[in-house]
Amino acid sequence: MNAGPPLELETLFGEYPLDQAFDEMREPGGEVRAHYRALAETLAGLPHEELQRRKQSADLSFLTQGITFTVYGRDEGTERIFPYDLLPRLITAQEWTRIERGLTQRITALNLFLRDVYSEAKILNDRVIPSELVYSCKHYRRQMRGLQVPRNIYIAVVGSDLLRLNSGEFVVLEDNLRVPSGVSYMLTNRRVMKRTFPEVFSSYGVRPIELYPQLLLSTLRSLAPEGRSEPNIVLLTPGVFNSAYFEHTYLARQMGIDLVEGRDLVTHDNIVYMRTTDGLKRVDVIYRRVDDDFSDPLVFRADSSLGCAGLFNAYRAGNVTVTNAFGTGLADDKAVYAYVPQMIKYYLDEEPVLSNVETYLLGDVKQRQHVLANLDKLVVKAVGESGGYGMLIGPHSTAKQREEFARAIEANPRNYIAQPTLDFSRAPCLIGNQLEPRHVDLRPYILFGDKVNIVPGGLTRVALEKGSLVVNSSQGGGSKDTWVLE
Amino acid sequence: MLSRVADSLYWMSRYLERAENTVRQLDVTMGLMLDTGGASEETRWQRLVASLGKPEGLEWDGDLESMARRLVFDNLNHAAITFCINGARENARQVREEISTEQWQRLNRLFHQIHSQQAQDQFASSIGDALSSVIDGIHLFKGVSDTTMIHGEGWQFIRLGRYLERAYATATLLEVYQPELFHPLLREHAGYQYLELVGLLRCCTSFEAYCQVYTADVSPDRILEFLLLNRDFPHAIRYCVDSIRDAIESIRHAGGRRPPEELTAGIGRLHAMLEYTTIGEVLNGDTAAFLHTIREQCLRIHELIYRYYVHYSIQSALAS
Repeated sequence: MNAGPPLELETLFGEYPLDQAFDEMREPGGEVRAHYRALAETLAGLPHEELQRRKQSADLSFLTQGITFTVYGRDEGTERIFPYDLLPRLITAQEWTRIERGLTQRITALNLFLRDVYSEAKILNDRVIPSELVYSCKHYRRQMRGLQVPRNIYIAVVGSDLLRLNSGEFVVLEDNLRVPSGVSYMLTNRRVMKRTFPEVFSSYGVRPIELYPQLLLSTLRSLAPEGRSEPNIVLLTPGVFNSAYFEHTYLARQMGIDLVEGRDLVTHDNIVYMRTTDGLKRVDVIYRRVDDDFSDPLVFRADSSLGCAGLFNAYRAGNVTVTNAFGTGLADDKAVYAYVPQMIKYYLDEEPVLSNVETYLLGDVKQRQHVLANLDKLVVKAVGESGGYGMLIGPHSTAKQREEFARAIEANPRNYIAQPTLDFSRAPCLIGNQLEPRHVDLRPYILFGDKVNIVPGGLTRVALEKGSLVVNSSQGGGSKDTWVLE
Repeated sequence: MLSRVADSLYWMSRYLERAENTVRQLDVTMGLMLDTGGASEETRWQRLVASLGKPEGLEWDGDLESMARRLVFDNLNHAAITFCINGARENARQVREEISTEQWQRLNRLFHQIHSQQAQDQFASSIGDALSSVIDGIHLFKGVSDTTMIHGEGWQFIRLGRYLERAYATATLLEVYQPELFHPLLREHAGYQYLELVGLLRCCTSFEAYCQVYTADVSPDRILEFLLLNRDFPHAIRYCVDSIRDAIESIRHAGGRRPPEELTAGIGRLHAMLEYTTIGEVLNGDTAAFLHTIREQCLRIHELIYRYYVHYSIQSALAS
C-alpha cells in the first residue's frame, strides 16, 4: 500500500499500534496524514533531550500558574496539575465547518426545546417525546414553568462532547447544558503551546481562540435585564473548594468582572446586591457556576449555603439575569439526549448534521432486556451524572460491578441508559520519548447570546492511561491543545 | 470592591508580613546565640517567643534546631512561618482574579519552595540560608505587588494589612525588649550589650538606616526614638501609622465610602500620639504603658476596619 514512514519517524513511533480505531495522525496503513506531516517532521527532527526540555518547561509553567483542579474522594493533596500532552490535535477546516454547523443546529434546537417544555410543551403534546420522560427527569424544574427568560435564551454557555468514530465521522456523545467547564484549559493550553512550539504553530496557520473571554462577556451583556445599560456582571462561584475554581478566577479576571460567592450576595425587595467596601451594589447579570440545587436555599436545596437566598425570586421578577437558566439540565439528561435528533426535526425541520451515539432507553422493556443480557459489552451511564461518575464500562468491568448495576437498573430503569462501547479515535501523545496513541474526545465551547458563537477548536481531552476510554479530568484524563487549521 | 475580597487581600498581606517578621526575629536570635558569653539559649528563646506575641506550642525543649524547625515548618502552629505562608496563599487563592498573575506566581512559588524537600535539606545544611531564601521570596512578592498591581483600593487594603501588622509587631517587640534595654542582663560586658542592641535593630532591618541617622553610636533611647518616632523609615511605628492613615484616605478616594468618625478618630489619635510626643516624654513616663497602648489602638483600628468595610449589617447599608 505504501512504504511506511521514513526512518527517523519510525524511531519516534516505535511500537505505535494501529487497529480499527481511527487514528488522528496516521492512515490505517501507517502513513502520516497530510495535515499532520509538518508536525511529525518537526518532532522527528528534535533530539529527545530537546523534546523533554520543552515538556518540562510546559509542566513548570502550569504549576507556577497554579493551573490545578481538585479531585474529590482522595485524601492526598486535593490540588493537582491538569495533565497536559505536548502534541496538538489537528482539525482540518473542512471537518471544523461541519462540526460548527452541526453544533449550531443542535444548540438552537435544544434551546427551543427548553423554551417549549417550560411554556406550552407542544413537543410533549404532539407525542414526539414522551412526557413521562421529561417530567421524571431529576433536573426538571417545575419553578421554571411560564417564566419569561431574557431573550428566550436558556443555554448561553454550552460545552458539547464529541467523539470521532472508526469511520472518521464526528458524533455527539453528550451536551453539557448546566455548568460546562474546561474552557480555561483550552485557553491556557494554547498559551503554553505557542511558547513550546512557536515554529510549528506559525507554520500551520491555526485559527485563534483567544477572544473567548470577550465573546463570553458580550454574550452575558446581551442578556442583561431591560433598561440596565451599564450592567454589573458577576461570576458566581461555589468557592475555593470547587474543582473548577481556577477556571472561575481565570474567566473573571480575563473578563474584568467580579468573582462572587453566595455569601457576597444579598437580596432585598427582589433585587440582588453584592457587599462591597462601598456598601451594597446592585447585580444585573450572574454567570452562574453553581448547580441549580445549590443556588437558592429558599427554592432549591434548603441545606445549601453556596447560593443566595431570594435569588430565584429576583430572577423571576426579571431584576437579574442568571445564566445558564435553571432547569437546563433537563435537556442534557442522557435519556432525553436520545431524542435530540427528533427535536432538530421537530423544531427546525432539518436533518441532524451531527449524529448521536446509539442509545438504549432502559424504561423500555425490550431494550432493557437486551442491555441486561449484554452488560459486558455496553457502557451504562446514570442519566443525571457528569464527570465520568456513575458509569459502568462493560468490557472493563468485573462480574460484581455488573451485578450491582443490573440491580440498580431493575430498581430504577429511568435512571440509566446504555450505549455500545465505542471505539473512538486516538491521537498520538508523547509518552516517555515515543509517541503512543491514546483515546481523545473533543469539547467545543458554544456561546449563545445574540447568535451562536463557537470559537474554533475546544478542549481535546485525553485518556492518558493506556487503553483507557475515560477522558474526564476527575478520572485521570489530561488534555491537548486543539488546532483548527485555516 | 467586594468586602470579602478586601478582607482576603488584607489578610494575605498581614500573613506575609508576619512570616517576614518571624523569619527575621528567628534569624537574629540564632545569631545572638552564637556569642555564648551572653544570655542562655533558653532565655533568648523565651524572649523570642514573647516578642512574637507568646504563641503556644513553642516551649523550650533544650534542642535549638528542633525548636527552630518547629517555628519554621510546623503547619499546625499558628506562629510558624509555613502556617503564615499557607494563610497568605490561601487568601490569595480566594482572590486570584484580583491580584496580578505575577503576584500569584511569586506567592505560589514561595509556597511550593517552602514545602519542598529542597527547603528541608537547605534548612539542615544552613538555617541562615534557608531563612534568607524565604525573605527573598517575600521581598520579590512585595516588589511585584507594587509594580504589577493597580494602586487602587485592593492595593490599599494590602498596605493596610502590612502596616497594621508591622506596627503591632514592632510595638510588641519593643515592649518585650524595653525592660532589658535599660537594665541589661550583663552590664559589665559592653560588647554583648552592643550585640543585643544591634540585634534589636536587625529584627526590624533597621541597623543601616539607624546608622545613617545616628551613626553607629547605638544607645537604647536613640533606638527607641528611631523605631517609634521616625517619620521616614518604613519599619518605624510612626511611619506605619502614617501609612495606615494614608491608605484609609486613599480607599475613600478610590471609591470606598467615607470612613466613619470612629475610625478616623482612632487612627488620628494614634497618629497624633506619635507625632507630638518626644522621646524624652516617652522615657520619663511609663514607657511600657506607652508601648502597650500602641498595641491596643492597633487592635481597635483592625476591629473598626473589619466592622465597617467587611462585616457591616445589611440594615445599616440599605439605610445609607
